[in-house]
Amino acid sequence: MGKKLRPAAAPEKKLGSLIAVLLLVALYVFLFMLDNALPTNSTTIMLITVLKKGAIYALVCVSMNLLNGFTGLFSLGQAGFMLIGAYAYAIFSIPAEQHHSVYQYFDGGLINFSIPESLGNLLGENAGNFLGAIICIIIAGLVAAIFAALIGIPVLRLKSDYLAIATLGFAEIIRAIFQWNGLGRITNGSNLLRKYTNFHDIKIQVGGTIFQLDTIFPFFIATLSILIIVLLVNSSYGRAFKSIRDDEVAAEAMGINLFKHKMLSFIISSFFAGVGGALLAMFQTTVQAMPFQSTMTYELLLIVVIGGIGSITGSCIASFLYIACSEWWLRFLDSGSFMGMSVPFFRDGFRKVVFSVVIMIIVLFFSRGIMGDKEISFSGMIRKLRRRKQVKATVADEANQGKEGETHE
Amino acid sequence: MKKILALLLAGCMAFALCACGTPAEPSSQGNQGDNSTASGDTVVIGVFEPLSGDNGAGGKQEVLGMQYANSVTPTVDIGGKTYNVKLEVVDNESSNDKAVSAASNLISKNVSVILGSYGSGVSIAASDTFGQAGIPAMGVTCTNPQITEGNDHYFRICFLDPFQGTVLANFAKEELDAKKVYCLGQLGNDYDQGLMNYFKQAAEGMGIECVVESFPVNNSDFTSYLTSAKNQGADVIFAPTSISYAQLIVKQAAAQGLDIPLLASDTWDSNVILGAAKGTDVDVYVTTFYAEGGNAEFEKGFKEWIKADSTNLTNNGGNDIISAVSVMGYDAYYTALEALKAAGSTNPADVMAALPKVNYTGITGEISFNEEGDANRDSAFVKKSNSETGLWEFVTVQGIKDAK
Amino acid sequence: MSEFLSANLPYLLSGISVGGQYALIAIGYTMVYGILRLINFAHGDVFMVAGLVMVYATASLPIPVSLILVVVVTVALGVLIEKVAYKPLRSAPRMSVMISAIGVSYLLQNCALYFTGGLPQIYPAVPFLSEKIKIGSATTTVVTVITPILTIFLVIVLVTMIKKTKVGMAMRAVSRDFETSELMGIKINNVISMTFAIGCFLAAVGSMLYFTNYNSVIPTSGAMPGLKAFVAAVFGGIGSVPGAVIGAFIIGICENIIKGLGWTEFSDAFTFVLLIVILLVKPTGIFGEKSTDKV
Repeated sequence: MGKKLRPAAAPEKKLGSLIAVLLLVALYVFLFMLDNALPTNSTTIMLITVLKKGAIYALVCVSMNLLNGFTGLFSLGQAGFMLIGAYAYAIFSIPAEQHHSVYQYFDGGLINFSIPESLGNLLGENAGNFLGAIICIIIAGLVAAIFAALIGIPVLRLKSDYLAIATLGFAEIIRAIFQWNGLGRITNGSNLLRKYTNFHDIKIQVGGTIFQLDTIFPFFIATLSILIIVLLVNSSYGRAFKSIRDDEVAAEAMGINLFKHKMLSFIISSFFAGVGGALLAMFQTTVQAMPFQSTMTYELLLIVVIGGIGSITGSCIASFLYIACSEWWLRFLDSGSFMGMSVPFFRDGFRKVVFSVVIMIIVLFFSRGIMGDKEISFSGMIRKLRRRKQVKATVADEANQGKEGETHE
Repeated sequence: MKKILALLLAGCMAFALCACGTPAEPSSQGNQGDNSTASGDTVVIGVFEPLSGDNGAGGKQEVLGMQYANSVTPTVDIGGKTYNVKLEVVDNESSNDKAVSAASNLISKNVSVILGSYGSGVSIAASDTFGQAGIPAMGVTCTNPQITEGNDHYFRICFLDPFQGTVLANFAKEELDAKKVYCLGQLGNDYDQGLMNYFKQAAEGMGIECVVESFPVNNSDFTSYLTSAKNQGADVIFAPTSISYAQLIVKQAAAQGLDIPLLASDTWDSNVILGAAKGTDVDVYVTTFYAEGGNAEFEKGFKEWIKADSTNLTNNGGNDIISAVSVMGYDAYYTALEALKAAGSTNPADVMAALPKVNYTGITGEISFNEEGDANRDSAFVKKSNSETGLWEFVTVQGIKDAK
Repeated sequence: MSEFLSANLPYLLSGISVGGQYALIAIGYTMVYGILRLINFAHGDVFMVAGLVMVYATASLPIPVSLILVVVVTVALGVLIEKVAYKPLRSAPRMSVMISAIGVSYLLQNCALYFTGGLPQIYPAVPFLSEKIKIGSATTTVVTVITPILTIFLVIVLVTMIKKTKVGMAMRAVSRDFETSELMGIKINNVISMTFAIGCFLAAVGSMLYFTNYNSVIPTSGAMPGLKAFVAAVFGGIGSVPGAVIGAFIIGICENIIKGLGWTEFSDAFTFVLLIVILLVKPTGIFGEKSTDKV
């Protein structure tokens, strides 16, 4: 609505999107170089790890933000949906000849085919892996969404903190079910699922050369998913979500079907949590239900808070920062020495203490996080720059005029 | 106030960034500075172990063995040149989702070979990451067969779960005269569940009845499980859990006055368990890699080294009883040195090529690898806790000859 | 019949004892929720810290002194957490306060991880409590028997306090209407501190009983008992002290019956199923008062 009132914003918007697209292209070129051309040394190895995990976390955090930040539903079931996604992905992409070794205690399991492999037989190995992985990721999202729909019917009737504790409970129940030996022929019980298609298997063949797509692939899926969420948030559905967040009673009075919209937001958020879970499975190369505990959800929630509840760019920035700090930059805090000096209190676990103190400071003193509920937009920046220029110009003009006036006198 | 805090935070971040922009490179140079006696070349051995989480206690004891070995033999001659050996320890937090980044972190430190991990799940989880980087890894006490299966880069110096399960079943049958065994493991832990599976297979083959139950993570109430074992008429309880749970099980068995012997695997071979069993009527039997008294010279040196440093003493559970995992860690270090010598270079690819042919006689016996990369081991030690002295008593060396 | 009883008595005993320990934690949850409408996620971790303090205190102090020290430190910690982490956010949205609570829980766990170095800490044996005792056919420790008695005694004292004393009256007033009671001259901050102090005192007592039974403290020791105690509080009707206690006993006993029936994999999941069922059937819990939404 605001845009229509300000037609002057249109060229800035175009320029802004152009810059965004250009930056994205530059990022992808860099990632491609990282996968194929740049030498592997200590920095690039960690950079690749952080980028991959950061992209996955960004996607999951944005999906959590859609629910907690945009719809105002305080849900703590994210880890459960990621678990479902990770398992769904892994189960459908374990190659047939590996089933016997993976499901070694369960007679080779129940599902005896692999989508990437079947496609690979038709289209060639690389194309099969690529397409198969994408299909499995979509299946992972869908399975998570179906679970969400089933869980949502009873749970979404609950109010704020009751909803939080109920979703948390559901995540625990799901974990217990996936670890149960009774379903072992599908989920492999307490044992790891492995040998499925992971990031390293994603490559394309152009002419005679094969290019690795290790890092690009999670970025590709994550950008695509986040883009869909952004479009959703900016649509009429998104406005309905926000109105529910701001005032449920008023929203209902305006004719918004509360349950339908809450359900929609819950299902979509869970779909992308499932996709994120599938990517995490690819990253980890093995899946087990154990790590998907409530601590994982808390971690995600804290990232969302650091980034700013209700800001998509904030969640993305915070995810990369968080992962980079915890997996890379702050590891020296655990090592017992710092730049050659030995520091006695730098021992295992100190990294986490520092981390949690920083998080508490952010929660208490900067409760709006990095971005608040604002977004980084290039068109906005350009507008600001121009305005500043104009202001400067007018100030300068005035000053000049003043000087001129002085000389005249 | 807010602005000062913000500045402070930003300052910390910037500081951390500056400090870590070049973390890996100076670490090797820094080491050169420390050991000015040597020629200045350093070979890095990566240690991939849990220092926190469920398996933290065991992981620490394993690292102690390696560190002691490193203090005894800090240099190695590779291709006619003397190198300093630097251990680079990274914590995998006993968690599969942290394992991959911990593994990447090790790889980024230019390691030539990796040792670890205590706990099979994390080893399997990190295996592909090591494989893709082309770095050989050597499992020290991870017993799940899936670790080395189909992998060229993963080796191990301990026995495997199918073997251990059979040994345990044999022991239950022959020595404890078991008719019915109650198996208790942690839900969601592949080590517990895997070993229980092999045990059950072997035990049922011998006509022992097995009841299998699982407890959820972070559980601390085992009284009901122990009551179930009693009610079902089990005459042995088999509980291959991690140390944190083991301690609770022993204590609660004692509180209940349970007269059923507890049978467990290599994870229970820890002085934490001895401490828990001391002064109670509970009998604990474990299968393990090494029994104290096997090599007096090594034990004397190790105990002195442990006692000399309070951190080491804490990490060893507060006393100087030697855990088998420490001994295995010690042997793993020397096996890695043998591999480096045989490779004649610090290049991971050369080490990987040299590893299958490595032969080394360590404290725990002869170490050589079969075509799968597993150690050729045909016997395990069985120890029993002495509740009066709080020490392990050697019971027998158990093989699997009867099973086949 | 007697055979059945003697076989199943240990389950019941263990259930009652666990239930009593959950009850002591659940009271802290339910009182804080009653007044601040806040799920104090850090409460379970305060319980864990109480256990750790005991471990470190007995290393250099005699047991009776340590017991007192544990209570003092735990109460101080609880009040401190309220002052630092919740008070500044009094006017903030409820979600922010809950996130702050999660942050505190994360901080306490990580500090515990740092200080213990990730090794399980063995809880000292408290002389009288750790002794063995025979009830019918079952052998157990004194603490198992003491727990429900002590719990019920403490609850009676607490309920009398809430009903009869001035502080209790202030608490009831604040939980009914925050702003009006402030206008009536009640010092809200003192009442809230008092609530946290009582909750933490009971958690400290609970930790002594709990860890004497299950004597190893790890950084995540408080997480599960905390969650289950919260479920118990919801089950009994959040805000109601007797409700929380009855809920805790029901959950403790059911959990052990489930284990006895052989459905061991689902003993934790069952607690949450129970929670969701109660939330759907009677969202205010067994003893909860009906609340109306204000526009």
